[in-house]
Amino acid sequence: MEKFQKLHGIAAPMPLVNIDTDMIIPKVFLKSIQRTGFGKHLFDEMRYNRDGTEIEDFVLNKPQYRNAEILIAGDNFGCGSSREHAPWAIADFGIKCIVSTSFADIFFNNSFKNGILPIVLPQEQVDILMADAEKGANARMTVDLEAQEITTSDGVVITFDVDPFKKHCLLNGLDDIGLTMEKADAIKTFEEQASQARPWV
Amino acid sequence: MSPKTLYDKIWDAHVAHEAEDGTCLLYIDRHLVHEVTSPQAFEGLRMAGRKVHAPDKTIAVPDHNVPTTLDRAKGIENEESRIQVEALDRNAKEFGVHYYPVDDIRQGIVHIVGPEQGWTLPGMTVVCGDSHTATHGAFGALAHGIGTSEVEHVLATQTLIQKKSKNMKVEITGKLKPGVTAKDVTLAVIGATGTAGGTGYVIEYCGEVIRNMSMEGRMTVCNMAIEGGARAGLIAPDETTFEYVKGRPHAPKGAQWEAALNWWKTLYTDEGAHFDKVVTLKGEDIEPVVTWGTSPEDVLPITGVVPNPEDFTGGKVEAARRSIEYMGLTPGQKLTDIEIDTVFIGSCTNGRIEDLRAVAEVVKGKKIKDGMRAMIVPGSGLVRAQAEEEGLAEIFEAAGFEWRLAGCSMCLAMNPDQLAPGERCAATSNRNFEGRQGYKGRTHLVSPAMAAAAALTGRLTDVRELI
Repeated sequence: MEKFQKLHGIAAPMPLVNIDTDMIIPKVFLKSIQRTGFGKHLFDEMRYNRDGTEIEDFVLNKPQYRNAEILIAGDNFGCGSSREHAPWAIADFGIKCIVSTSFADIFFNNSFKNGILPIVLPQEQVDILMADAEKGANARMTVDLEAQEITTSDGVVITFDVDPFKKHCLLNGLDDIGLTMEKADAIKTFEEQASQARPWV
Repeated sequence: MSPKTLYDKIWDAHVAHEAEDGTCLLYIDRHLVHEVTSPQAFEGLRMAGRKVHAPDKTIAVPDHNVPTTLDRAKGIENEESRIQVEALDRNAKEFGVHYYPVDDIRQGIVHIVGPEQGWTLPGMTVVCGDSHTATHGAFGALAHGIGTSEVEHVLATQTLIQKKSKNMKVEITGKLKPGVTAKDVTLAVIGATGTAGGTGYVIEYCGEVIRNMSMEGRMTVCNMAIEGGARAGLIAPDETTFEYVKGRPHAPKGAQWEAALNWWKTLYTDEGAHFDKVVTLKGEDIEPVVTWGTSPEDVLPITGVVPNPEDFTGGKVEAARRSIEYMGLTPGQKLTDIEIDTVFIGSCTNGRIEDLRAVAEVVKGKKIKDGMRAMIVPGSGLVRAQAEEEGLAEIFEAAGFEWRLAGCSMCLAMNPDQLAPGERCAATSNRNFEGRQGYKGRTHLVSPAMAAAAALTGRLTDVRELI
């Protein structure tokens, strides 16, 4: 997995609440058996007309946000299905950090597995970042995972919480499976005890 | 010992390792797999030279891409869909997991097949790369959806890296009125809590209404826990649960059954256990409901009217405006005046035998409205067979419904069953998101009985007028 340490980039505002996984990546694109190539379909139905032309007023089609690396979003981002195609599409587009007041649980976990940092902040602070993002491409923010700080284009510093284990994995680009396999003995011991206690499983 | 919730008990019985910061390796008893979220995970194993850690605890079935028309034996026309199903065929064989292929009568929607075959048992941990894994919580199993990276992690290690969620109690007291079903209950709960109300929680549903519910109804309730944002929904197992499980192909037998039963009977929330959040609804207050918007929280009693966006606050004002425009509705319009083009009955929410019986009760001896497209898609091949044996299929066909083979069908339209732009559907499925049932399709979520009523009249209808 790609490391996430410090990011200095453009933030796109998406104030809509309840942005769901069907909006992020419609199911017609879930038929691939690959992990790559989903970025061009990110927000497909909001981003393109049926003939493939771009819908001009969609935020990521506006010239100032085409290279956005940060998304400032409304409440409950990523609700809906468990499809990891959603964070795959987001990462493939080039977005590495999403800020909202809340995220759906599965999407939140999936993001960390793909080098994306989801940040939860109170409404007032999301409002500050939303206003900063609305300034456009000249207003770059900085997200520093090590320091757990976001700095707006005019120097306002906002601190955020992140789970220490998830932070460690993101900073170092660690693969979960490798880490868990180091605990194979604990798993084996558990299995032996569980098969005694609940042999019907 | 301090009193524990049901969730605490199941969690404690499955922690294989706990780090100092509370990050746990949770052992997984059952891993259900379907074709959409698994190919990249199997590929990951292959590339790393890893095996499936516990193939005997891994159950695979294709459901999302499978055509449900009677001629499906001729194969899947859409190439990408076919490749995905063929990949599962190959992966199931190569990695040696339990498998129900498309031509097996036991094939169906993964969340219907698991309980039906007795794979899902009380007190288990169950995961699947599918958010509606919450369904299995009806058995008092801790069950939740995971992403593909986690699917690969469970395949490789039979564990999941987890931190414990908070406990939430949703109590539904009293009794339901006639015409009100489990679907109305679960939608009413989401209407009350919002789609993010359960975020960070595992919900335990309890109260007299839940106790009096069949297993089918309980599965409907837990199925939509995810729509309320919860990691999982749970219902404590009781005699109804044990009765349902007993004798199923993979349920324990003989002395093992007795041993299992003894443990299962300890799976309830202790008196005085702590819940971080409590929500109480009165069963008598719940009406048959429909959704008017594009989020499952957009719920109103069928007797209501389309709301005005200005009635909401914050970001919901803009979301409601967008929803009403997308849905082609007018604020103040009576819900019962909304005309319907299509009725879809099925899905992991409402594709079980009891759901089909409820439909048959409403449509028996009647005809669906002229020009209505109405389909009934059983949740599994065995549900289909049972409905035929009980004479339900004849009732459906006489009324003018298409009687399909098992699969996810129009719930998410990855297969040929889709809405056209602007087409309006009364659906027994679980999501009314924009484009969910087809590009620009419009979905109103309802119970099976309400869907049946809409099929007869051609508009959203209060089923109580027909029974």
